[in-house]
Amino acid sequence: MSKRTDINTILVIGSGPIIIGQAAEFDYAGTQACLALKEEGYRVILVNSNPATIMTDKEIADVVYIEPLTPDFISRIIRKEQPDALLPTLGGQVGLNMAVELDRLGVLEENEVELLGTKLDSIKQAEDRDLFRNLMNEMSVPVPESDIITTIDEAYDFVDRAGYPFIVRPAYTMGGSGGGICENEDDLKEIVANGLKYSPVNQCLIEKSIAGFKEIEYEVMRDSNDNAIVVCNMENIDPVGIHTGDSIVVAPSQTMTDKEHQMLRNVSLNIIRELEIEGGCNVQLALDPDSFDYYIIEVNPRVSRSSALASKATGYPIAKLAAKIAVGMTLDEMINPVTNTSYAAFEPALDYVVSKIARFPFDKFEKGERKLGTQMKATGEVMAIGRTYEESLLKAIRSLEYGVHHLGLPNGDAFTLDYIINSIKAQSDERLFFIGEAIRRGVTLEEIHDWTKIDMYFLNKFKHIIDIERELKENKNSIPHLKWAKKYGFSDRVIGHRWEMAEGDVFKIRKEEGIMPVYKMVDTCAAEFESNTPYFYGTYETENESVPSDKEKILVLGSGPIRIGQGIEFDYATVHAVWAIQEAGYEAIIVNNNPETVSTDFSISDKLYFEPLTHEDVMNIVNNENPKGVVVQFGGQTAINLADRLSEEGVRILGTSLDDIDRAEDRKRFEALLQEIKVPQPHGKTATNEEEALDNAHHIGFPVLVRPSYVLGGRAMEIVFNENELKNYMRNAVKASPEHPVLIDSYLTGKEIEVDAICDGENVIIPGIMEHIERAGVHSGDSMAVYPPVNLSQDEIDTLVDYTERLAKGLNIIGIINIQFVLSKDGIFVLEVNPRSSRTVPFMSKITEVPMAGLAMHAILGKKLSESSHAPGLQPVKPGYYVKAPVFSFSKLKNVDVTLGPEMKSTGEVMGKDDTLNKALYKSLVASGLDVKDHGTALFTIADKDKTEAVELAKRFSHCGYRILATKGTAAALEEADIPVVTVEKIGEGEETLLRTIQNGNVQIVVNTMTKGKEVERDGFRIRRESVENGVPCLTSLDTARTLIEVIESMTFNMDKM
Amino acid sequence: MLNDIRYLVLEDGTVYEGYKLGAEGESSGEIVFNTSMTGIQEIITDNSYTDQIITFSYPLVGSAGFNTEDSESLLPTAKGVVVREAVEHPSNFRSQENLDAFLKKYGIVGISGVDTRSITRRIRSTGVMKAMITDSADHEDTVRSLESFELPRDQVERVSTRTPYISTGRGHRVALIDFGKKENIVRSLNQRGCDVTVMPHDSTSEEIMQLKPDGVMLSNGPGNPEDVGAAVETIKSLIGRVPLFGICLGHQLIALAGGASSYKMKFGHRGGNQPVKNLAANKIEITSQNHGYAIVEDSLKDTDFEVTHIAINDGSIEGIRHKTEPVFSVQYHPEAAAGPHDSSYLFDEFMDLMTTEGGRQNV
Repeated sequence: MSKRTDINTILVIGSGPIIIGQAAEFDYAGTQACLALKEEGYRVILVNSNPATIMTDKEIADVVYIEPLTPDFISRIIRKEQPDALLPTLGGQVGLNMAVELDRLGVLEENEVELLGTKLDSIKQAEDRDLFRNLMNEMSVPVPESDIITTIDEAYDFVDRAGYPFIVRPAYTMGGSGGGICENEDDLKEIVANGLKYSPVNQCLIEKSIAGFKEIEYEVMRDSNDNAIVVCNMENIDPVGIHTGDSIVVAPSQTMTDKEHQMLRNVSLNIIRELEIEGGCNVQLALDPDSFDYYIIEVNPRVSRSSALASKATGYPIAKLAAKIAVGMTLDEMINPVTNTSYAAFEPALDYVVSKIARFPFDKFEKGERKLGTQMKATGEVMAIGRTYEESLLKAIRSLEYGVHHLGLPNGDAFTLDYIINSIKAQSDERLFFIGEAIRRGVTLEEIHDWTKIDMYFLNKFKHIIDIERELKENKNSIPHLKWAKKYGFSDRVIGHRWEMAEGDVFKIRKEEGIMPVYKMVDTCAAEFESNTPYFYGTYETENESVPSDKEKILVLGSGPIRIGQGIEFDYATVHAVWAIQEAGYEAIIVNNNPETVSTDFSISDKLYFEPLTHEDVMNIVNNENPKGVVVQFGGQTAINLADRLSEEGVRILGTSLDDIDRAEDRKRFEALLQEIKVPQPHGKTATNEEEALDNAHHIGFPVLVRPSYVLGGRAMEIVFNENELKNYMRNAVKASPEHPVLIDSYLTGKEIEVDAICDGENVIIPGIMEHIERAGVHSGDSMAVYPPVNLSQDEIDTLVDYTERLAKGLNIIGIINIQFVLSKDGIFVLEVNPRSSRTVPFMSKITEVPMAGLAMHAILGKKLSESSHAPGLQPVKPGYYVKAPVFSFSKLKNVDVTLGPEMKSTGEVMGKDDTLNKALYKSLVASGLDVKDHGTALFTIADKDKTEAVELAKRFSHCGYRILATKGTAAALEEADIPVVTVEKIGEGEETLLRTIQNGNVQIVVNTMTKGKEVERDGFRIRRESVENGVPCLTSLDTARTLIEVIESMTFNMDKM
Repeated sequence: MLNDIRYLVLEDGTVYEGYKLGAEGESSGEIVFNTSMTGIQEIITDNSYTDQIITFSYPLVGSAGFNTEDSESLLPTAKGVVVREAVEHPSNFRSQENLDAFLKKYGIVGISGVDTRSITRRIRSTGVMKAMITDSADHEDTVRSLESFELPRDQVERVSTRTPYISTGRGHRVALIDFGKKENIVRSLNQRGCDVTVMPHDSTSEEIMQLKPDGVMLSNGPGNPEDVGAAVETIKSLIGRVPLFGICLGHQLIALAGGASSYKMKFGHRGGNQPVKNLAANKIEITSQNHGYAIVEDSLKDTDFEVTHIAINDGSIEGIRHKTEPVFSVQYHPEAAAGPHDSSYLFDEFMDLMTTEGGRQNV
């Protein structure tokens, strides 16, 4: 069968906000798919709620809707646009669930929309545990003993039959939300109850645990002609039991003979054929390390995180081809876009090894539970390619940006052996580094294998790294040892450490000896066919395939793994910068290490180097390419942090000068600048030790906002109210960042305002001003933001524009700048200036149609803003209201406090837009996952300082028809104000009735403001966690609560008696 | 950690410095590359590689180790093995030894630590050529000796069984002419119940027909099909008398017997990811391949054969069938080992053919 000509318009559903388990990989997949469909001549309509994505750019689809991903809103789009078909398999679990829902509601039938790609029955068969298990039984494919349950009692029945341990997997959830392993009855009660709650169909699969088996994944594709291929197989180093998203993964698999490989390949192909999937599919299998026994774990009938990884690992663009398959094209008629000389119907052959390591948020959530299990916890991942396993692993480790550069922790010596062993046994996110420490201390591989079930193959490889390290130490300045270590991926920094010399000295020796990396091509075919893919990785071999062109080149540094505070927005800006560089006639070269992103799609740039973003690795590329300059503004703090040392080596940093970047980031110099340009800032001082901090704080007056300098996402930023808290903080913060002083600012309450601007040194373009809903003190990334501002006077707007222009010009910004202001009762103060692309760039670009990253890049390349179609100054206000709302992944992170504060906690964002503010707010709340109901029960537990404010809000909730529950103190305040309230017992008083009320689903909204203290034992913390774990929205800022009630009021009829 | 130095020297003068692997000594042969990522043991023990030096383009060779079950012949006859890294500590429940030990056991000279991607690229652009693995650092001398070195032409004779033997089964009686067969052909037939008699490469048609076979299987094997002239005559006289199924060299010999001709490919097809189109079914199968020769397409024109399978990447012929007689063959390896099992249906087709046509010589 060939390309469908009976359909014209295709609706593509994106995956919504970035959350743990559903991240940038779907922007990559969706973007590829939309472009592929357009390439084939179809009209593409895209809907996604996430404005930070490339896929929601007008260039990617013909029609773009940024609307909440609910059946309601998508139905409206379908009715309006009347697409011929819907492609649901590229938007992750969200996209798939939407398709199932739309079909159930009859919307597809009513509007004659055909589902492309994979049939609904197949989706259901793969997704519904019961149907899937039946299918596997029919095919005689083994699945672990399991049961589908809808009540806790059924779980007890299962245990009677199969015993502990068993795994709980809720149906129709992503990233294993709410799942876990039950070892005993306590676990059973907690995890099963949770799982049932999380599943939208209140259904869980419980299955006998096969923890310890090897976890192997196959990425398979099939077309309508029943041609089916395996794109990639991957082996998880962590055995079954740790979510594959959190596992360290290697491609291709290492410890299977051809017999096992073909056995699992056959099963995977049989399954995709049986399910009649047209497109991509992910099959997860468990293989007994001691026999040919295997089990199917699960099947994802769609592109996934693993398929993005497989695409980057092999070069084979799964999503692009899956989209084309969905419109009827077959694998044998499509050219392999990598080689351009062979066909898509083949199985990529790798001639390198790929390692993926997940990036966890525990540098931000220090209290979070770090034990890994079936619930994914990572926010992002890095990938690295090498010609040895050790090389790929060590490159991946130094791509993580944890401050870890090697197989071990920087302060590894400080741990006792017991601590190390316990950390390994605990299967925490740091297990790899502790295993390195253990081997270094002589713990046997057999012991480590017993604790972790990590295959001896990998443990031997880890040991090899430690062996090389020891031999380096014993053979200082030995060139053969240096060469050997480089071939196994050791960085100059690590070699320098073992040789007791500076990183730069190792580089000097290497240069003298000609020990330089070469770059090899990723070509899908192990060099069998000639290929021109501009996709390279560095390694220490003899032949360099990355021959620089004669064109002038600009090197763009990407932003590395997705983490809290540095998300997909920076990839968006990176990609736009690349496009602008190409428009300007230069060759655009990207360096990045994140396999999930659009920027690491080799078709985006003229050349892609899939390499760690470290000084050494970037310098090697610079040496090979000799670019005109390097751009650091778009890759977040990752890229900015590399600028200094690159510049020291004579590399030209394009755009805002390093000195000016430093002036924005160095507290003292920044203060001097503000005085010079007469822009006020909150009173503040820097401190390098505890004593100084206390002095300064007393001088400024509590409360103060404290934070280390040079951080992203407000890491370790806190508001402290007294001396003790400050003392406590100084001990932690200084530990967190010893090289930089701590900033202590007066904490001003007031409205927070955010502005992004572009400057070419002469003119400043300000696309718009955003007003935050939550008062200053909540991190800007966690605040809801409104465009255009609704509470600012013209005078205030003028002042903001004036300050922005002064700051941009004063800092000699060439490119982009992000500024946060606070509007307090004493006036407007600048809180923070970031001389780089920010989180809000895509949001504002999309609203105002000022392509900020592109304009900024052009300015960096010397084009004057006056030549652009946008006049200098603040741009005219666009009609309508646009609201950005943060999205959190708290339900996936145990023990993490959900209270909003100066430290960023959200993983993603959504946009709501409409004609009125309340409608836009409503959409943003709904898109962020909040179920806005006009009645229900609201629980108030309010700190004393907030009670006056909260009473007013409670009254409004009550007035709308909400039943109000409150804890004793809060209830008293409410009763005093004549608000009908039911008092619930606080925790510890009576029978924990409060928690039970939440557990029983009798509360729809929790409003909780924090009594000071981060202690996990605190009641507030337990209330907040209980709500998150039970899927009840927990609002910790009264501003958010006020917004919610305003929206509810706007959609509710008034019921006043006569 | 640092091993003894060894060199790989190509006929064109390119020298790669690496480390000693496997047996002592030096070894010359035709250098080829294989892109498979698994099945290292199967590949090294495949007698089709007789007199060849195998370069693995995948860098970590032998990570799952070597066992007692996965060899495709009793005695591997490859002339050398070239790898980026010979995995020292393999891991698999069946693993008995690592690559180095396995090569030593069979006296195969190897080299590790070389840029196998670079070698692959060189072979791709220059074509297969002679090469030597040696400890000698006198590369000019090595190149000179390579220039005078003649690739042997008697490979089939050396690897074929000398006397017939039986691998019993209760079903169809199959005569398997052994040109250097992979064990998995025998296993694939046995699995389908066949009673297999493995016959020497130079068996006459009379010797074969005396077995009263339901079908004759022509195995894979090393070298140039034109060097196996006697077999061509045998096949000519078998066509029409008994169902014939040829694999790889067996396929080429059927084509020659039918009047077609073969040619040497620039660098051949060697790997486990080769897409082949089954023209009748209009379907793709991913195949295991190992061939340096192929059938000249035009030469089939005036024969009784038609093309059934083609390689989609270069259009070369991958399968043919006699237009009227029960004879078919494929250039690739339906027995897999190493490689995908997509094409095992061909054995089933052979079974069907034997069922419907098998008894004809007795009529």
